[in-house]
Amino acid sequence: MNKILMKGNEAIGEGAVRAGCRYFFGYPITPQSELTHYLAKRLPEVGGLFLQAESEVASINMVYGAAAAGARVMTSSSGPGISLMQEGLSYLAGAELPSVVVNLMRGGPGLGNIAPSQSDYFQAVKGGGHGDYHMIVLAPNSVQEMLDTMRKAFDLADKYRNPVMVMADGVMGQMMEPVDLGGDIKVEIPPKSWATTGMAHHAGKNLINSCLVIPEEMEELNLRLEKKYREISQKEQVCDEYMLEGADIVLVAFGLVSRICMSAVEKARAMGIKAGLIRPVSLWPFPADFIGKTADKTRAYLAVEMNMGQMIEDVRLAVCGKAPVFHYGRLGGMVPDLRDVLKEIIKLHEGGAGR
Amino acid sequence: MKKVFTRPRSLKDVPFHYCPGCTHGVAHRLVAEVIDELGIQDNVIGNAPVGCAVFTMDYFDFDMISAAHGRAPAVATGVKRVLPDRVVFTYQGDGDLAAIGTGEFIHAAVRGEKITCIFINNAVYGMTGGQMAPTTLLGQKTKTTPYGRDSEVNGYPIKVCEMLTPLDGAAYVARVAVHSPKAIIQAKKALKKAFQVQINGLGFSLVEILSTCPTNWGLTPLEAVKWLDENMIPYFPLGEYKVPPAGVI
Repeated sequence: MNKILMKGNEAIGEGAVRAGCRYFFGYPITPQSELTHYLAKRLPEVGGLFLQAESEVASINMVYGAAAAGARVMTSSSGPGISLMQEGLSYLAGAELPSVVVNLMRGGPGLGNIAPSQSDYFQAVKGGGHGDYHMIVLAPNSVQEMLDTMRKAFDLADKYRNPVMVMADGVMGQMMEPVDLGGDIKVEIPPKSWATTGMAHHAGKNLINSCLVIPEEMEELNLRLEKKYREISQKEQVCDEYMLEGADIVLVAFGLVSRICMSAVEKARAMGIKAGLIRPVSLWPFPADFIGKTADKTRAYLAVEMNMGQMIEDVRLAVCGKAPVFHYGRLGGMVPDLRDVLKEIIKLHEGGAGR
Repeated sequence: MKKVFTRPRSLKDVPFHYCPGCTHGVAHRLVAEVIDELGIQDNVIGNAPVGCAVFTMDYFDFDMISAAHGRAPAVATGVKRVLPDRVVFTYQGDGDLAAIGTGEFIHAAVRGEKITCIFINNAVYGMTGGQMAPTTLLGQKTKTTPYGRDSEVNGYPIKVCEMLTPLDGAAYVARVAVHSPKAIIQAKKALKKAFQVQINGLGFSLVEILSTCPTNWGLTPLEAVKWLDENMIPYFPLGEYKVPPAGVI
């Protein structure tokens, strides 16, 4: 056991290095600054490159180039910067380039603030950029998981040749927790015979492209992507459950909020309320299969989010009308308070399911 | 009989989609000839723009990447930083490089990025149907300047080579044209130098190629060549704007 105290932002950086990532291109933005500070020091130690770009637009396109060249590569940002990257994310999806993008979410819309938020959920899981595509979206809820998720993110990116987003909020980036770095894990990066590395280095000419002017050919790509997304949906749904046994009020929350909800569920149980928690770990694919299976025995769901109600739509789709789904959220960079979440649970408990 | 003239190996044997009299084809051929002569076909990675030249990805016979509009220098940066021993270039039009992609090419030069940008300046947006480009001349009529470009409304044509000259990271900057045999020979020399500057690790290189767009200029190919000579060259003077110290290439 090799535990050290780390900030979430630093854990993401170390997790990336341990996942074999050697290239980072990014632009400064709060609240993810410590991640760039960490990698600016750490990457040269392992023979990697940290490059500060002139904008988020340039950053994501540098990621596109490095991924096309076959590297494990990442960038990170927060709301406004992630918005600027949406065009690039669409291109990465269209050209099927494995890459990892970290979003340490902050309050918005607009310039908003640098306080924690989960208001980029729609942007991440419903598209954000143009065209028919999906990113795999992962939401850790502890500093340890932030470290571990990076390995998973790079592996999934390579496995499916798809961009992967790791989403957390400003608080998770800033908070410190003990982290087990584990031993040196062997990273095996799969061969990338499709990469544009020069014809001396692979058979024939390689082309990285998402431009298909003939509609029949574009549709062929769309169908191939659809098949891939379906496979990801079937194989990569991940969620955690907490005190779900016998629960008739089920909270659904991801990231930081899931930690608050765990405490709320414990308090509710102590009061004799049968509350439980489902915590989506993968936001896309959303763990709809698992949530759907709980619908018959659940009186009411409560989606707790740091937004106006975004993930709630996916919970509703998963529940498919079999039980009511309610929402409790704090906005603008505010974090839900444990007592307020508990109050919502009590309201649902006392008011029955028909509120 | 001895063969004295043939298609460059780096250019595929496929018909170009370019309009009659467009000089993209000449520029493509020059790039392919230079790549053949430098013996780098198997170690070169090209970055295609958005615009008429998006199809360079199908015409060049080596690895190609299709970049987002204006972003080719950023994409090329990513490739070059991962594969520093390969030769990486972009091929971009005036809208792509000098309007939407202004930030990317300037900062690639600022970083002294060891890539080569080939910049086709034909003073108009071709692919989208002849709108004003950042390089459209004052008084020049386009679909979006039907009364001629007016500096009060649209400002002045951008001079890319002149902008790059003061930047320390820019090692080789030249403006050439492809409207006459003499100009074509000079253009090829500049392209070769630009690639050599990259291969020798000297920094960023850019060759601006004044090019014709008869279709969107509303001229015949011959008239277009004359228009380039009489109107573009006086505003965009040809020549080497920045060269490495003597003896390094």
